[in-house]
Amino acid sequence: MLYRENGQFKSTYVSDQQMLPILQDRVLMALLLAFAFGVVPFVISDYVFLSLLIPFLILTLAAIGLNLLVGYCGQISIGHAAFMAVGAYAAYNLALRIPQLNFIVVLVLAGLIAAMVGMLFGIPSLRIKGLYLAVATLAAQFFMDWLFARVKWFTNYSSSGSVSTAPIELLGWKVDTPAEKYVFLLGVLVVFTLIAKNLVRGHIGREWMAMRDMDVAAEVIGIRPVYAKLTAFAVSSFYVGVAGALWGFVHLGSWEPLAFNLNVSLNLLFMIIIGGMGSLLGSYFGAAFIVALPILLNQVPAWIGVPVSTAMASHLEFMIFGALIVFFLIVEPHGLARLWAIGKEKLRLWPFPH
Amino acid sequence: MKLNMQSKLLAAALAASAAAVTLGSPAAQAQAKEQFFPVLSYRTGAYAPNGIPFANGYVDYLKLVNARDGGINGIKIAFEECETGYATDRGVECYERLKGKGPTGATAFHPLSTGITFALTDKSFVDKIPIITTGYGRADSVDGTVFGWNFPLGGTYWDAADMLVQYVGNKEGGLDKLKGKKIALVYHDSPYGKEPIALLQERAKMHGYELLLLPVTHPGVEQKATWLQIRQQRPDYVFLWGWGVMNSTSIKEAVATGYPREKMYGVWWSGAEPDVVPAGEGAKGYNALVFFAPAGMGQVHKDMVKYVYDKGQGSGKKEEIGEVLYNRGLGAAMLTVEAVKRAQIKYGKKPLTGEQVRWGFENLAIDDAAIKKLGFTGYMTPVSTTCVNHAGEAQARIQTWDGKKWVVQPGVIHADNSIIKPMIRSSAEKYAAEKKLPKRDCAKEAG
Amino acid sequence: MKKHWPVVTLGTALLIGLALPLATGASPPGFYVEVLLGGLMAGVLYSLVALGFALIFKASGVFNFAQGAMVLFSALAVARLAERMPLWLAILCAMAIMVVLAWLIERLVLRPLVNQEPVALLMATLGVTYFLDGFGQTVWGSDIYEIELGIAKEPVMILERVFRGGILVNKEDYVAAIVATALVVSLALFFQKTSTGRALRAVADDHQAAQSIGIPLHRIWVIVWSVAGVVALVAGVIWGSKLGVQFSLAQVALKALPVVILGGFTSVTGAIVGGLIIGVGEKMAEVFLGPVLVKAFDLAGGGIENWFAYVLALLFLLVRPEGLFGEKYIDRV
Repeated sequence: MLYRENGQFKSTYVSDQQMLPILQDRVLMALLLAFAFGVVPFVISDYVFLSLLIPFLILTLAAIGLNLLVGYCGQISIGHAAFMAVGAYAAYNLALRIPQLNFIVVLVLAGLIAAMVGMLFGIPSLRIKGLYLAVATLAAQFFMDWLFARVKWFTNYSSSGSVSTAPIELLGWKVDTPAEKYVFLLGVLVVFTLIAKNLVRGHIGREWMAMRDMDVAAEVIGIRPVYAKLTAFAVSSFYVGVAGALWGFVHLGSWEPLAFNLNVSLNLLFMIIIGGMGSLLGSYFGAAFIVALPILLNQVPAWIGVPVSTAMASHLEFMIFGALIVFFLIVEPHGLARLWAIGKEKLRLWPFPH
Repeated sequence: MKLNMQSKLLAAALAASAAAVTLGSPAAQAQAKEQFFPVLSYRTGAYAPNGIPFANGYVDYLKLVNARDGGINGIKIAFEECETGYATDRGVECYERLKGKGPTGATAFHPLSTGITFALTDKSFVDKIPIITTGYGRADSVDGTVFGWNFPLGGTYWDAADMLVQYVGNKEGGLDKLKGKKIALVYHDSPYGKEPIALLQERAKMHGYELLLLPVTHPGVEQKATWLQIRQQRPDYVFLWGWGVMNSTSIKEAVATGYPREKMYGVWWSGAEPDVVPAGEGAKGYNALVFFAPAGMGQVHKDMVKYVYDKGQGSGKKEEIGEVLYNRGLGAAMLTVEAVKRAQIKYGKKPLTGEQVRWGFENLAIDDAAIKKLGFTGYMTPVSTTCVNHAGEAQARIQTWDGKKWVVQPGVIHADNSIIKPMIRSSAEKYAAEKKLPKRDCAKEAG
Repeated sequence: MKKHWPVVTLGTALLIGLALPLATGASPPGFYVEVLLGGLMAGVLYSLVALGFALIFKASGVFNFAQGAMVLFSALAVARLAERMPLWLAILCAMAIMVVLAWLIERLVLRPLVNQEPVALLMATLGVTYFLDGFGQTVWGSDIYEIELGIAKEPVMILERVFRGGILVNKEDYVAAIVATALVVSLALFFQKTSTGRALRAVADDHQAAQSIGIPLHRIWVIVWSVAGVVALVAGVIWGSKLGVQFSLAQVALKALPVVILGGFTSVTGAIVGGLIIGVGEKMAEVFLGPVLVKAFDLAGGGIENWFAYVLALLFLLVRPEGLFGEKYIDRV
């Protein structure tokens, strides 16, 4: 459209295999990151941080985790919020009982614990698949819900079952204003996205995609299903566990076991379906969509000037949510990421149609 | 249906416009001279049957003050509802959205959920907005030196549990006669339901009764196994600590397993019309606590009909004015308005900030004469608060459902502070230590 | 025998677990029978909902997550309509509404998604759930509504001479069991004896083959969804009369998912048997196993019935992946 992307030839394997082979893409990404890190923390209001950007960043991380499992490896999981809960409570207990640990270490350890639990609940995937596996993952969801509500050790014997955390501190930098939280989360997300992108482009990612596309054929050519499926569960649960810990510590501050219930799992699943399964960019889009939609639905009636009672607005939210899901599934089953890709294609040729 | 370019374009346009429209900040608020009242309510979901009448009562009173009195000393009340669905994260989101609205920010929040209260308590220290939890919330938040912004006006769950134990003890002929008896607590598996356990365990140690804990998971519709266990254990009394549809389900299951409803005692949030009417004839004989206001119509209701409902401004149905939860909403709104009025005496007749309104909440002195003037005679008990005691005196009565209406039994029960106060102190101190909070010096602040 | 040892082991373990409370004398036999009956009754309700799942999956290969919402929606329709007209008329009107709903869902949601992968269809029905949730509350309201079937709610004591103290049973539970049996029998007759039933079975077997012999696929799907809707209506009426009709009914219907896993997605018999197994297992576990666990691990209360059904279904799946009565799926490269 405005510039030509062709004519950029590579002469080494390294430069051919880079993540963003086109110069314009690299420039765009650099600008975007500079904007996100350098400009946004200073111009956006606290309210937008707290209700839009911070949940968006954390949920994107969780969506990437779920996408690795469902989109890249093809194992359906409707109970992933359970692993978020594992991450959150693990982080809480680590921070509580070993206060000397740096928060980053706490996050990584919490993620590892979530990964181990995820592997455990991933074992059924070696025997069952498809919808059976989906409903079996619900066992994880409800079991974890129960576990954290009942075993008092996890909530430090709190009489109300709620736990609360102090603001996090990283080597003296107290992360308590919304802008600081945003910068911290953005940093974490960028690092994790890079890792995910590299995993997906490497041999593990290919094994996952082989299992997704034709698992019997994959086994025939020598890909071990145990290895592929369990690593998918492990990595996915790691991401989701870290996201859960961040959700509890940074976004909520204090939570009860119901904070990670079935609705959160379903929301994660919707995010990757609407965003695009098997696409990291899709996780971003999906998370943005799901986070923004309720707020949008709440604001729009006020803007149009039609007075709508809060109950009605809440019902409308459900109805429009459901209708939009069906709409997107019909119109673009590969999600917003595909729409974006099509858009870019069209823009490359614009104003010519083909 | 062919996936043609048009529908794809439509989908893309939808997504893009959604993004653009949401990131744009909401329109600037009206900067008129008004006092902004946020209203956290739930009119949908499993707790709607109980949330709707409370919200109606609250909002109706605000409308009444505007219509009958022209606002609080001339400052009109502006209010906005936000649907929380009893979910903690939505409650926090509503709080964040509404806390800065109005010329001076939000006046006070009534979360109507103990879970949301826990989450907002941490934020209140930073945002300096009072959190009013009339008859719910954290039991230790009576201590104003630690919980500077929480106001459990009317009593907490430790008070309620204490009063129930006293009542059944009296029924048995003395608290010592409770030895060897069994009391079952059927409670909602949430911070709300778990709050009374500490006190009931303390009293069990003192009097020697056996406490049976039976949690019911949200939303509370599956209680067959719970009541089978009650049938197995045959407790002498059942205390019900439910909310929303859990209450009526408990009574229905009690009917189905043959447990006498006369031996069931509900906390004040388990004793309203939506809880007993669905069980029909089976609910006869069920008892519940009632603190501020029983059901019925008084002077304030007459004003409500005259100034609000006859003009078509009512929030709910006219037949529902005067129900237990409606009256409770009225009372909660009245206390907030009175606190603003009290604060205006010190800070002037203008829109006030949350911090200024807190002073009003800490110096409430609503006696019988004031109650009569407001039209709440019979529907409110005197409330007086100080910086140290954010709840006032906790007292309640027992009411019994006779099949058609609630009949309030004579005799007022007072909570036994000798047991409760030490518990509050130790729990508040633990919280202050955990959060590294500085203790308020009430004497210095007053002076 | 060698092939079947996992199933046999699991079955034996479960039977031992079932008999333990009675054998160790931990509970009086009368109470044990009460819990058993309670479990069977709960199981009957789950079976009713699972029946709808199985029907739709059998005929159209769609896993209808919205079955719970359909139960709720139909129950709400009956409850609210019965406020204005006699109950039998309300039920008929509600049936008509469910048929219309079935037609709408088939036309707007299923037909456009005809060749998509199962996950997409699952998500679409999830979307329908959300939609019905909001729509139901908009049209019918959020209060608790009653369905008065005229059955006495007070329990009755029976067999007082056989068991000390007698056994408490509820008339409502009996009626529920009878109605459920009648429904299953009539469905079985419908599938075996009528031509539409045969057409449904043909479609369930192989879509393309059925189309090639002239069976109108879309019309069959509308019929199946209508039948499932009527089943949801029966489940909703029974459940609603017992518990009252309100929003959370849809979440309880989620419990029917382990039932279909246990029984096999495509089997009507599996739905019934699975429902009974899950119902009994759940109640037994909650009443007898729960207190043991609470004491052993110092837990803050029981509530294991929330996950017991799922874990039980999971264990069954590990030994028999296609469910008790499901069809073995053979993977081909």
